[in-house]
Amino acid sequence: MERIPILQMGPFLLVTIQVDMHDQLALTLQDDLSERISKTSARGVLIDISALDMVDSFIGRMIDTISSLSKIMDAQTVLVGMQPAVAITLVELGLTLPGVSTALNVDRGMKLLQQRVLEQ
Amino acid sequence: MAALQPGTLDAMKNNHTQLLAEWTNGLQASGATRNLKEQDLQQQTSEFLHLVISGLQNGNDKNIAAPGWDDTRLFLEKLSHSRALLGHDSQQTANFIFALKGPLFALLQKHYEGNPALLAQQLWEVSELFDALGMQTIRTFQKSRESVIKRQQEELLELSTPVVKLWDGVLALPMIGTLDSQRTQVVMESLLQRIVDTGSEIAIIDITGVPTVDTLVAQHLLKTVTAIRLMGADCIISGVRPQIAQTIVHLGLDLQGVVTKANLADALKLALTRLGLTISKAD
Repeated sequence: MERIPILQMGPFLLVTIQVDMHDQLALTLQDDLSERISKTSARGVLIDISALDMVDSFIGRMIDTISSLSKIMDAQTVLVGMQPAVAITLVELGLTLPGVSTALNVDRGMKLLQQRVLEQ
Repeated sequence: MAALQPGTLDAMKNNHTQLLAEWTNGLQASGATRNLKEQDLQQQTSEFLHLVISGLQNGNDKNIAAPGWDDTRLFLEKLSHSRALLGHDSQQTANFIFALKGPLFALLQKHYEGNPALLAQQLWEVSELFDALGMQTIRTFQKSRESVIKRQQEELLELSTPVVKLWDGVLALPMIGTLDSQRTQVVMESLLQRIVDTGSEIAIIDITGVPTVDTLVAQHLLKTVTAIRLMGADCIISGVRPQIAQTIVHLGLDLQGVVTKANLADALKLALTRLGLTISKAD
């Protein structure tokens, strides 16, 4: 079955979405990620969606869910590299993702994560 | 009512050159040839006369929507369009057609000298035809003008939303004019794209030039701010004038989570502080 790889970088998990997301893939990612957070006791999750150029309300909600569930498991989530079109679409859909931290690219996202973890 | 007599058509064909000369003179006298090249005018007048004669030969009908008049209508469309671009007004454009009536009527008068009844009837027919052609010209002229206005509006839309780089990592967008959905869309797209291109972390939206803020405008602003935050950048709104601040409070608009500053300088100062930069006086 098709899966989105989850890479470990020290205390953080890195997820890069390179393919078009469909609903099943999103659900699998949600399961896999929660599994991996608990197994590795990761402190932060970085989701790179720079290659994602299409988004619907389901994927938008999934991003929100992933962020809240990792927060419950004591891991910070940072969403990076959102395309302008995707951002506009999410806003128009009313999905403003208030609880999700964002950054422009992976580099800045990593810095943000490290800063957050240090603060704790 | 009887249609145009073949005699009328023959008279037009036989006195083609004379008609042209008188028509051109009339045009020049009425000032409808402003900004036009002599040679262009010659070509247009002779082409139009030719088209009218051939149109009459084909259809012999006053109904200019008929297929027999296709070429003429196409020619008039092109003509009106070029006139609109040259800045002629509708009167000058319509005069192109109406100035032909004078010489033509004089010609018909001579042609039907002995038959006043037929003359009156033929004059009526010709007059109706040329009125229809003139109306067609004005209609297409107006359409061309409207398309010019529409294009200018679009250009204005692009022009009025420049994204300025204030510092490394700081973008500013001075908004001028009323914010509607269409403009917000353009503003949002160009700003977000510039954020991606330059990797800027802070965007300042300056609303000094926005005359009024109502609930709709505030909603558009909030959308833009949210989209910028989703991309991973921060947004500061500057240029909130006292009246606008009052309006926002009176309307009960919720601008929570949005950083607002009174002017662009304050916003830039905040942006630089966030980037860890300080400005100091040289000794």
